[in-house]
Amino acid sequence: MTTAASPSRVEIDYTGSERLTMNMGPQHPSAHGVFRAILTLEGEQVVGVDAVIGYLHRCHEKLAETLTYAQYPSIASKTDYVAAMTSEFAYVRAAEMIGKIEVPKRAQYLRVIAAELQRVASHLLWLGTWCLDMGGALGGGATIFLYCIRERELVLDLFESLVGARLLYGFYQVGGVRYDLPPGWPEKCRETVDLIDRRIDEYQRMLEENPFFLVRTQGVGVISRELAQEVGISGPLVRGSGVNFDLRRTDPYSSYEDFDFRVPVETGGDCYARYRVRMVEFRESLQIVRQALDRLPEGPVSSRPGLKSVAQVRIPKGEAYARVEGARGEVGCYLIADGSAKPYRMKWRGASFSNLAVLPHIIPGHKVADVVAIMGSVDPVFGEVDR
Amino acid sequence: MTAEQARTLLAERLPGAQVAGDRPMVVTVPPDAWVPLARLVKETLGCWFFSFLSAVDWKEEGLEVVAKVDNADDTLSLLLKTRLGPGVTACPSLTGVYKGANWMERECYDMFGIRFEGHPDLRRILLGDDWAGHPLLKSYPVDAPHPPYR
Repeated sequence: MTTAASPSRVEIDYTGSERLTMNMGPQHPSAHGVFRAILTLEGEQVVGVDAVIGYLHRCHEKLAETLTYAQYPSIASKTDYVAAMTSEFAYVRAAEMIGKIEVPKRAQYLRVIAAELQRVASHLLWLGTWCLDMGGALGGGATIFLYCIRERELVLDLFESLVGARLLYGFYQVGGVRYDLPPGWPEKCRETVDLIDRRIDEYQRMLEENPFFLVRTQGVGVISRELAQEVGISGPLVRGSGVNFDLRRTDPYSSYEDFDFRVPVETGGDCYARYRVRMVEFRESLQIVRQALDRLPEGPVSSRPGLKSVAQVRIPKGEAYARVEGARGEVGCYLIADGSAKPYRMKWRGASFSNLAVLPHIIPGHKVADVVAIMGSVDPVFGEVDR
Repeated sequence: MTAEQARTLLAERLPGAQVAGDRPMVVTVPPDAWVPLARLVKETLGCWFFSFLSAVDWKEEGLEVVAKVDNADDTLSLLLKTRLGPGVTACPSLTGVYKGANWMERECYDMFGIRFEGHPDLRRILLGDDWAGHPLLKSYPVDAPHPPYR
């Protein structure tokens, strides 16, 4: 956290007009959490940004050093609480890579189903809140917000009947997943998937035929291909800037190579391009869920059934970096094990942290109202930024 | 570029580098070769994707800085490492090579107290400016109260 006048402030040409420093956040509805942007304004134009983060820091990395491999996964979900499945996934994968632990095929498929449904839920929340941020221009953005929340509830219902929790799951565990599908779940899942697929058409018509939406998003917050590559952003952001980079494709894990799906790439680099990428991802995720349900193999859901004591997860000395494609990009876990029951060191690579670092490069030159649209299009989750 | 070609190139251009493993390929260099290594992997090996930078506290053996970079096009995956040595907290900054190193090095300074030389704006990022100590050091106990209380 910091003071207003800092050398990292990115500025465009100073025209000599009067300047105003405006604090946006830490409590600001469009920040999607606790984020403070210290904006330097000339009239309505933003000329400098200083991003301040850390309000939600809980030192997860130190915490992980005090918890065993069986205990931490349920805490891991608290880093990115909007897509809690993803962070659990990265952590258990890292532990499995060090311990060379096999994961049964059925568990791999269940992991994919959970991860993809989670992506859908996360994108729904993103679309709803982003449109709510842009508010009035969309004819009272609350309409699409409520539509999205309605559909997200259906996905959360699926998670609830699978895990018993709606937000933070603890579904993944070292060696597999904690629960098998309850009876009737695949049918219910298929119904929900089909329903959401139809509803996405409706959202697209609502938004893409709305001139206000297009004006607010097209050409706004352009991230060039070069900048995208320099800063290390990932996920829908980098794909919206014309870079074809999706870990499910370049570095397949958990049987992703079995599924047939497209990786959307847009070249615009603006808010609209990022929106387009996510809209295609919605459908592709639903498609992956359908395929996984169709081909779901029989068998155990964990290679260590009846995991009751923490002593059952002994990870040998070693280190690994496991990464998964989360809703916001590369979520990585760098784990160093020293042979004891707890990790020696764990580093979270939060996708939102790197994605947010691009903001000071793209905001200057825009109007204050555009800051809201740009921030929403980045889709940061502050639990993951601050960890 | 295949992993084999990358290995040969690294051995040619940076004789001090130790290369091990394949995915990810672990490249260890002394701190004075840290920036040249980053420049080489970015410009010659095409590793444009800067995934993360962090550190590990190996107690008496000192701190180790770790960075992960990728060449997403032909899936070359590198884990770069440098040992700073016991008691040393200075490390050359990669911000001149990767823009993404800016916030990562600030976080690393915040958590480990490593001074990245050449960083344009090295200050705390997650903790408050008045925080005392660097929490991820092994010498920083979790079960003792630390001022300032918030």
